[in-house]
Amino acid sequence: MHVSISVNGEQVSREIEPRQLLVHFIRETPDLTGTHWGCDTSNCGACVVQMDGQPVKSCTILAAMCEGHEIRTVESLEVDGQLDPIQMGFHEQHALQCGFCTPGMLMTARALLDENPNPTDLEIRTAISGGICRCTGYKNIVSAVRWAAEYEAAAKQEV
Amino acid sequence: MATVENLPSAQTERPIGFGRLKRKEDARFIRGKGTYLDDIRLPGMVHGAMLRSPYAHARILSIDTSKALAHPNVAAVVTAKDLETLGLAWMPTISYDTQAVLAGDKVRFQGQEVAFVIATDEYSANDALQLIDVEYEPLPAIVNARKALDPDAPLIRDDKAGQRDNLASPTWEAGDQAATDRVFAEADTVVKRDIIYPRCHPAPLETCGMIADFNPETGQLDIYNGNQAPHAHRTVYAHVAGLAEHMIRIKCSDIGGGFGNKVPVYPGYVCAIAGSIVAGVPVKWVENRDENLISTGFARDYVMHSEMCAKNGKITGLRVDVIADHGAFDSTAQPTKFPAGFFHIVCGSYDLEASHVKVKAVYTNKAPGGVAYRCSFRITEAVYLVERMVDALALELKVDPIELRMRSFIAPEQFPYETTTGWTYDSGNYAETMRVAMDIAGYEDLRREQAEKRARGELMGIGVSFFTEGVGAGPRKHMDILGLAMNDGADLRVHPSGKAVVSISAQTQGQSHETTFAQIVAEELGIPPEDVEVRHGDTDRSPYGLGTYGSRSTPVSGAAVAVVSRKVRDKARLIAATMLETRPEDLAWEKGRWYVKGDLEKGAMIEEIAVRAYSGEPMPTGMEGGLDAQVIYDPPNLTYPYGAYIAVVDIDPDTGQVTVRRFIAVDDCGVRINPMVVDGQIHGGLAEGVGIALMEVLTFDEEGNCLNSSFLNYLIPTALECPDFELGETVTPCPHHPLGAKGVGESPNVGSPPAIVNAVIDALHQTHGVDHIDMPCTPARVWAAMQGRPEPPQ
Repeated sequence: MHVSISVNGEQVSREIEPRQLLVHFIRETPDLTGTHWGCDTSNCGACVVQMDGQPVKSCTILAAMCEGHEIRTVESLEVDGQLDPIQMGFHEQHALQCGFCTPGMLMTARALLDENPNPTDLEIRTAISGGICRCTGYKNIVSAVRWAAEYEAAAKQEV
Repeated sequence: MATVENLPSAQTERPIGFGRLKRKEDARFIRGKGTYLDDIRLPGMVHGAMLRSPYAHARILSIDTSKALAHPNVAAVVTAKDLETLGLAWMPTISYDTQAVLAGDKVRFQGQEVAFVIATDEYSANDALQLIDVEYEPLPAIVNARKALDPDAPLIRDDKAGQRDNLASPTWEAGDQAATDRVFAEADTVVKRDIIYPRCHPAPLETCGMIADFNPETGQLDIYNGNQAPHAHRTVYAHVAGLAEHMIRIKCSDIGGGFGNKVPVYPGYVCAIAGSIVAGVPVKWVENRDENLISTGFARDYVMHSEMCAKNGKITGLRVDVIADHGAFDSTAQPTKFPAGFFHIVCGSYDLEASHVKVKAVYTNKAPGGVAYRCSFRITEAVYLVERMVDALALELKVDPIELRMRSFIAPEQFPYETTTGWTYDSGNYAETMRVAMDIAGYEDLRREQAEKRARGELMGIGVSFFTEGVGAGPRKHMDILGLAMNDGADLRVHPSGKAVVSISAQTQGQSHETTFAQIVAEELGIPPEDVEVRHGDTDRSPYGLGTYGSRSTPVSGAAVAVVSRKVRDKARLIAATMLETRPEDLAWEKGRWYVKGDLEKGAMIEEIAVRAYSGEPMPTGMEGGLDAQVIYDPPNLTYPYGAYIAVVDIDPDTGQVTVRRFIAVDDCGVRINPMVVDGQIHGGLAEGVGIALMEVLTFDEEGNCLNSSFLNYLIPTALECPDFELGETVTPCPHHPLGAKGVGESPNVGSPPAIVNAVIDALHQTHGVDHIDMPCTPARVWAAMQGRPEPPQ
């Protein structure tokens, strides 16, 4: 079947098998391998992307269901060489080691901050609890999200 | 404009050398631009998928691949018969056993590899698996190690000539049995426990896989494969496949975690290589999560009986008798002369009078493995056992568990300390580290809080563990793997512009080598770390060495980088002497510069020396041009990091749910190259420890069906199960490491499970009489223990 999906603001059109998962559709698009796959059961969150601004596990959605929706992946976070504060926070707070869960964590955290610019630690932990990180023990991911929240709050005040 | 390179923090002070330098590798990962195995696509590449056994033990009567071969997108279906013609049906394991690449005669564990399909795409390859008909005759299975040696147990390894039972290796011993018997006879207190360290799994977030790309015209085999020991793997492939080692290149690129799981060679790798050699095109195989959990290197599975004794309130002796479950093939990972790994470090941090350890290994109808899950060769099992035994003894003696440890610790003046099982601990001040942990925890206040809560019927536990690890294998006179010395190479080249490339044999899976190894060169040579490129993970572009596991990166490879930097510095000194027209012994070093003693103004920067080394100007007599050096580092001993951990848990009296409310970890890993990275390593290992203590276990039913083959039922802690870890440190430099550093990556995984389990028992002993519980402390198992019926994990 033919699908045309908006990925990071660009229409991506391709012939696919109807059963193709969104995660595979995205990863087969040139330069978009940042969205990872880590389990088969929707538990690990490495594949999280945003669909109309909401974090979703792209291994649980058929590509065929995504026509008419806006998909955003980790590659969309940096705009014109300007890192998103959540990316800066992860670097600043050492919130990644092997980096495999990072894209999913970034997209989850970005969606959280868009909805709740000043989350508590428990709100952050709850938001990222759909994802698994085997390296960091989550402590620095929590710090990174808080760092980004504070950075964005400070930037707003400056304006 | 903010980029990683000019973030606010980066504009402030940039330390040269050691310190909390932000990571170089982040730049690609936070942009989604890492290159993991499955991100690689080669022209003409085809895809493999593995058919696996549904039975734990069954005879294969027939395999019919005709329907699969008729699938329009299938190129080939490989079975054991095909591999036999190539001599690849069986492969050697790292423990000198053999393992079926594809099962021909029998399947011996659920999930064993039976047939390999090669198709144009992943979906078709997996479709074709359903079209292969295998006729099995099921056989009785053995999943319980204690029953593996029963006279009526079915023989699992009937492929091995002379094998008449399920013994995988004869009893191995350490320590002194007679002396231990004497110490026990003189003791006033003895405790006994049966303790299981259940089977669990490293489960890195990226599963295992490979792309094999054989070029029939040149005979060159390029392998893309995230593994923890690329050079050793290449040697193994050369032997297994009969290929010339210099025509094999392994490229690791980025690896999504290893934790020991990416140490072994798996049948899927051999199939991908064989497939590419036969088909002449690149073959990619990436396992699914269930394949990862049911077939690749598991960890632990030690069934232990132990006795510990005391005299006059101090620990004096230890006896341990272990049955190790190795699964269907013995592919446990450890140095050759150590069939139970470093388990005999089980005498722990205590000044014992005698100890005796026996370990025997059995085959069962479970997956092979026995890899170290963030652990230096069975030290995790050892530390868990001794730290549980010390707590059992403290209960018996009615003494505070910290008090008993304090009385029994090896004293600082006893180092270097020879243990009763033959280890030489390098350095330590255990009591001080214990006190730092008590201070951070507020130990006395916690005990008061516990008493108050107990009076109100609330269940709170405080658990302690104190571990000593031996990491950084190891001295070539003592240890090897498959005959390969456990040494690591480093190759440092300083270019004419003063920028440097250091190539190392250790392979990062998230350990931040690109940053910390650049910091070592920076510390030693005064070149800013951003001007040092760390090259690794490509056998064509790095020196030989045994890789990254057993916390050996800093102890061995880090030492290699320090030593090679000093060699370059020494060469630079001779060149500087020529430049400054003085004698080398008249020069002194400050970071980045040789100068004339007594005349600070007169000197040469490392960059200037580099220019000279490559210029047309004369070199010192007899010296070749260039500014570079090479070393192979042979560590004189292991390094012995240690730490004091305290866990505070709350238990829901109605459900048995354990919550780790606080976790205090004070690690002494000697000198810290990048404290930020060290803290990160500790956080990660602690989270794994929380998982192992409370959630993670691979269980099997009586027929050998694995009951935890996905992340739905192999439970890994999320951000909600992990507390906000509280870290502290003491620094006791390693006396024999050139930087005074010790390994650290595995310490938190080693030290945390006993602290948590001790806390659970501490919460339940007084009120419910619980004096032992096996991991994982799931609500159901804790609740059962509270009702007086503790159950083993399987």
